[in-house]
Amino acid sequence: MLRYTLLRLLQAIPVLFAVITATFFLIRQAPGGPFDAEKPVIPAVKRALEAKYNLDLPVWQQYTQYLGDLFKGDMGPSFKYPGWDVHDLILSGLPTTAELALYALLVALVIGVLAGVFASLKPNTAQDYIPMSLAMIGICMPTFLLGPLLVLMFGFWLEWLPVTGWGDLPGDKILPSITLGAAYAAYIARLTRGGMLEIMSQDYIRTARAKGLPEWVVVTKHALRGGLIPTIAFLGPAFAGLLAGSFVVETIFQIPGLGRFYVQAAFNRDYTMILGTTIFLSTLIIIFNLLSDLLATWLNPKLRSQFRGGAV
Amino acid sequence: MFAAPLRRFFSILFVCFALSGCGQGESNVESGNRQQILHFSNGTEIQGLDPHVITGIAEHHVVQTLFEGLVVKDSQTLELEPAAAASWTISDDGRIYTFTMRDDARWSNGDPVTAYDFEWSWWRALQPSLGSQYVFTYFPIKNAEAYFKQEISDFSKVGIKALDEKTFRVELNNPTPYFLQLLDHYSTFPVHKATVEKYGKPDESYTRWTRPSNIVTNGPFLMKSWRLNKRLIVEKNPDYWGAENVRLNQIVFHPIDSEIVEERMFRAGQLHWTDQVAIDRAPWYRENAPERMRIKPYVGTYIYRINNKLPHLSDSRVRKALAMTVDRQTLMDTVLNNIFTPSYAITPPGLLGYQPPKTFGYDPNQARALLAEAGYPNGEGFPEMELQYNTSDQHRKIATAIQQMWNKELGIKVRLQNKDWKVYLDDEATGNFEVSRGGWIGDYVDPNTFLDMWVGGSGLNRTGWNDPRYDELILKTAPQAKTREERFAAFREAETLMMNDMPFIPIYTYSSHHFVHPSLKGMHVNVMNYHNFRDVYLDPNWDKKEQASGQGE
Repeated sequence: MLRYTLLRLLQAIPVLFAVITATFFLIRQAPGGPFDAEKPVIPAVKRALEAKYNLDLPVWQQYTQYLGDLFKGDMGPSFKYPGWDVHDLILSGLPTTAELALYALLVALVIGVLAGVFASLKPNTAQDYIPMSLAMIGICMPTFLLGPLLVLMFGFWLEWLPVTGWGDLPGDKILPSITLGAAYAAYIARLTRGGMLEIMSQDYIRTARAKGLPEWVVVTKHALRGGLIPTIAFLGPAFAGLLAGSFVVETIFQIPGLGRFYVQAAFNRDYTMILGTTIFLSTLIIIFNLLSDLLATWLNPKLRSQFRGGAV
Repeated sequence: MFAAPLRRFFSILFVCFALSGCGQGESNVESGNRQQILHFSNGTEIQGLDPHVITGIAEHHVVQTLFEGLVVKDSQTLELEPAAAASWTISDDGRIYTFTMRDDARWSNGDPVTAYDFEWSWWRALQPSLGSQYVFTYFPIKNAEAYFKQEISDFSKVGIKALDEKTFRVELNNPTPYFLQLLDHYSTFPVHKATVEKYGKPDESYTRWTRPSNIVTNGPFLMKSWRLNKRLIVEKNPDYWGAENVRLNQIVFHPIDSEIVEERMFRAGQLHWTDQVAIDRAPWYRENAPERMRIKPYVGTYIYRINNKLPHLSDSRVRKALAMTVDRQTLMDTVLNNIFTPSYAITPPGLLGYQPPKTFGYDPNQARALLAEAGYPNGEGFPEMELQYNTSDQHRKIATAIQQMWNKELGIKVRLQNKDWKVYLDDEATGNFEVSRGGWIGDYVDPNTFLDMWVGGSGLNRTGWNDPRYDELILKTAPQAKTREERFAAFREAETLMMNDMPFIPIYTYSSHHFVHPSLKGMHVNVMNYHNFRDVYLDPNWDKKEQASGQGE
């Protein structure tokens, strides 16, 4: 297992390197530069700004210099926000985005697992069709529609919850978490249903029922563990996706997270910020994918035994 | 083995989640009115707090609360009032300004604000390596441009001089009637030398001197806290020379990019003031809550630039035909919900009394005749044309309407091209467009701010249009005029000449449009949409007064 983990981590290095290289050169191919503005910048000022950010150097030299700085842990200053380093900005937005992603994942898991198990107990009946149809709607409904709808209902009609904010008013974290988590709840519901249906037809489930165990014990104690393996494997990419894809929800609910920096950086041609956030989120995606693979392996006795046997 | 940790994990998360509780509680507006805390939507997040480095309106709002220049505008009349300078004199030839500094002006660390602070700050702003994008504000000053361009290296030759702690002298190249107005611009604000130097070189633009814990300021408010993309809070400066007239205790600047989110927050009582009105919501407010929506003229003009260098657009008759078939009033009534007013020139009407010429109107018949004269009867032979705009729902709607108008009235086919902001800017700057959406907001209250951008070689022109007579009127005749009437006559002649040639198509005059809570007082209306937060206060009894006046009626 340790060897496998190390190997996966080593594999991550060229992946990250490729991401950095591709991002670095692609953003410089995009028309427009970081200092372009409606009111043209005086040439002398533009030269000074370009010199300050090393943009007056040949691109390959900028690249090697950036890699050197990155190796020392320096992501450079933001072009858009003079006075702030990229790592300052990432660190200022990360805790909020991570908290939002965590709550959204919680919402997704609770709703998704319950709906998936519920549907799998009576396949091809109304008990199956209704939650799965709702799940399909959840997958299809974009957050920019669901968010305002929830705000309208719970914020303005019922007046139960605040319409924007994060940590300012009691309950203001509920609507963003549900909005972000809804689509993932739908995916998890379908994955859980699929996993449970497969497990429920296994011999050991039949044995458990033959022993006279109540159905809820069969489901929760025997079936759920195996039935959740596809869901567990999905959690890593899901959490990374929640972290990287929170921009719309952050905008709708006025949340000061990382997602807004990420997207605004692209619009502003804030090269260092684009690179910094891309590297950071790529790293997270790699780590969470690895963690979910490890967790799924640990839960699956067949795979576990392979590792014990030395196979990779 | 698996269920127990998972149960624990869920339990902890659920408790965290549930602890956040429910309910809407007291709104920002309610608590703000009680405590004189203004909740102000500032549009976008600001770039920073260094007055010599930043650009933008959102930045202006914040920086003007923290810093103070030599003069300040009265927010009702836009006349200039003493600020860090107690008074000033202007020499008879209009070239030398002598400012006497205020005795009781202090930096937030207790240091006095002196003429030397201004001399050093202006020297700093003129350092090319600082990269100040508004450095041209200083160019009316003698030798300032030459010093900036490093044609001279001796700063003593620049017309900026602190004669002593209390006397600051500025010498200009030529008499510049709007010079004092420039001194209200943040690029001329002083910065605290010792603080700047403590965190880096004077000409470094991204040091930590502007961090909330480090910054030293001289304005009516002090920096309290700043959480990026969430809020920036300033609080009343008790040591400000005019503190007794400052009524707000705090201003909370909310950076909100989306006008829809703004409106939602306003409706929920989280904001006193929105940066703009969501245009689609305007009819509802006009009908149901007109007292909460403010729409006033603003010094800006929305235009379509035409690339005059392209063969099919180089004929002024074609350009005029395009301009004459834009039915502005229909556009205002339908697409823009009467937020703006039709425009037929670049200069908004009434700027210091200046009235722009109206050389054309909506006239499809004449437009068709002009197009035929130019060799394109009923649009025959005219190539399909591209109209570009930067990504925005409003720009798209306007472009779609005008596309239909040109097709219906002139038989010209138009292809709409939506572009990312930076791509749009790049294409416009490099002449890679046929017709391109544009707009201009005046930097100061004078027609010159709208007219000097069209002289040959100006980076803002971008149409390829050039007329030596126009350049002469703007660059020579107007600056040398002895009276305002003479000057405005030169402007009017130049603008008439330009609009007869139609290098661009004026569409509408901007308006400042905001949702405003009735408790907010002192945000006076003026064409610059300029606000002095020193004048602003919140009336906690606004609803009682409203009821009383309603009963009285």
